[in-house]
Amino acid sequence: MSGPSLATSGLGKNFGAFVAVQGLDLKIEGAKCVGFLGPNGAGKTTTLKMLTDMIFPSRGEAFINGLSVRQDRKRALSHAGVLIESPEIYPSLSPTEALEMVAELRGVPRGEQPRRIRTALEEVKMSEWAHQKVGRFSKGMKQRIQIASTLVHDPEVLILDEPSTGLDPRGMAEVRAIVREQRKHGRLIFMSSHILSEVTEVCDEVALIDRGKLLFYDTLTNVTARFNGGNAQVDAVFARPLDPSVVNQAIPHLPGVKAVELLDPKRVRLAVPPGPEDQAQILEGLVALKLGLVSFKESAGALEDVYMQQISRGD
Amino acid sequence: MVAPGEVAPSGAGALPSDEHQAFRLMRFQLRDYLRSRRFLLMTALTLAIGVILTVVVAHYRGGLVSSPAAFYGSFWGGGVVVLIVFAGIIYGGDAIAGEFQHKTGYFLMGLPLKRGTIYQGKLLAAYLASVTAVVLYLAILLLNGIYYFGMNAFPWQLGASLLLALVYLAALLGTTFLFSSLFKTSAYAILVVAVLFLFGFGIAQDLVESLVKIEPWFLLSYASPVIGNIFANPYPTTSTSFGVTNYVASVPEAVLIMVIYFVVTTVVGYLLFSREQFT
Ligand SMILES: Nc1ncnc2c1ncn2[C@@H]1O[C@H](COP(=O)(O)OP(=O)(O)OP(=O)(O)O)[C@@H](O)[C@H]1O
Ligand SMILES: [Mg+2]
Repeated sequence: MSGPSLATSGLGKNFGAFVAVQGLDLKIEGAKCVGFLGPNGAGKTTTLKMLTDMIFPSRGEAFINGLSVRQDRKRALSHAGVLIESPEIYPSLSPTEALEMVAELRGVPRGEQPRRIRTALEEVKMSEWAHQKVGRFSKGMKQRIQIASTLVHDPEVLILDEPSTGLDPRGMAEVRAIVREQRKHGRLIFMSSHILSEVTEVCDEVALIDRGKLLFYDTLTNVTARFNGGNAQVDAVFARPLDPSVVNQAIPHLPGVKAVELLDPKRVRLAVPPGPEDQAQILEGLVALKLGLVSFKESAGALEDVYMQQISRGD
Repeated sequence: MVAPGEVAPSGAGALPSDEHQAFRLMRFQLRDYLRSRRFLLMTALTLAIGVILTVVVAHYRGGLVSSPAAFYGSFWGGGVVVLIVFAGIIYGGDAIAGEFQHKTGYFLMGLPLKRGTIYQGKLLAAYLASVTAVVLYLAILLLNGIYYFGMNAFPWQLGASLLLALVYLAALLGTTFLFSSLFKTSAYAILVVAVLFLFGFGIAQDLVESLVKIEPWFLLSYASPVIGNIFANPYPTTSTSFGVTNYVASVPEAVLIMVIYFVVTTVVGYLLFSREQFT
């Protein structure tokens, strides 16, 4: 097998006369995280449910690792860890028992189960609650157990619908860490989210859907560059307030810098070429100016700009 | 080979068979049943029926304890049919509908299970959970029986009747599950199943017998009296007195009705659930 993959061809779903998703063609391959964005009601959950055979497409087909989920749900889903629509676990089971059930049903060898379950619970910081009844857990605690349940069998593909909803700030950070970790281990993560900073931080690629139609699917860098006149956006933060002359003269004149926008006295947003070489050169230039540079990274706001631009265009 | 500390990718080869999955799902489902309030409720009901019959028999004695067959026929035949109906309602009523309403089905649907496997696993679990109630009732019965007749007076019909009860339980749960898969709200499912089994079948049978005057062979409630009737010697037959025909299903007829109910409702329910979407 050639690494993890997700694909849809002409995927569409109607609810009565309402077209929730249409003509969705996606082909995602390899170890990466893909953020699935779109406004409320855009069709994200509907798409993810078709990808996991929870609902049936009105048109087209969905594949996990090349296996049709409709024709072979069992084998297709054996490759995936799935978390869609805050499900519930039988309330009288403990997290350990719930994960045991998942491991048993997925065929994780008995000998490996205790270690895997322990590791999964550690990852979501729920070891302390391993033997309490899930029924009494808070929403966020349940969500953590759900996330753990997607990891027990070490899936090649993770399909997550807003995995950080209901989590506290630390929980959200932990989800980001888990996603990064999974990607590093060669997993493919397809994750819907409304938190653009989260997507910017952990995802390599984004797909944007609106009113059931895919607007684009591309790498994060290309997306921000495409909608910013071919430039990437970088935010630079400084220890000291910047002099207007620096903002208007010194920084714009650094080779490669296309535009400078002062966000607040200690922060600027630079339009720069998307290539890493160019960005390295600019970073060195900024350091050489001795302005007390403390951070230089791809702007989280850039994705938001694109998002707003694209979504409002539909109005 | 997988390096230490690493885990093997979830290969399709390691997936358990459908039957294994159904069995494993049943184990966890059963665990949930046995810890739930419905288990307490069912146990309380079983004890209540058992205690009431114990008191009634102890108080009236007479014909009730005239022979082992008479005793076991009334105590077992009268009680276990009601008990099984309650078990069906309590364990089966919302078995499928509850997966939607309580969203536990969304958890199961993320797993590599065929929809049918979920149906099978749950049906098995509901069956075994119900059997615990039947066994408890049997224990109460035997204690009474031993008190009145000693250890060596078990009529042969008791074993046959126990088997019939287990077949009836299957038919009843099959039907309950079918109705449960028609709904996505637990309360509706339980209500419909309860009304159907507590009144619906009985009313339908009365109407058919008195108005249409045909043998109600298509009603499950026509078959269930076999569980008590089998203790009677001779076995009762259809009779007419004062122009009213009292229909009685023979043992083979009753078994056939129950088996057909189980098979048809299970197949239909299974097909319905296989087409069910988790919207
Ligand atoms: N069962 C259903 N019956 C009718 N319409 C539905 C059903 N499920 C979803 N829809 C409609 O399909 C559209 C897409 O819904 P979906 O849940 O996929 O949106 P989403 O992108 O996940 O939104 P959110 O960000 O709010 O989670 C919505 O307009 C919704 O009303
Ligand atoms: Mg959604």
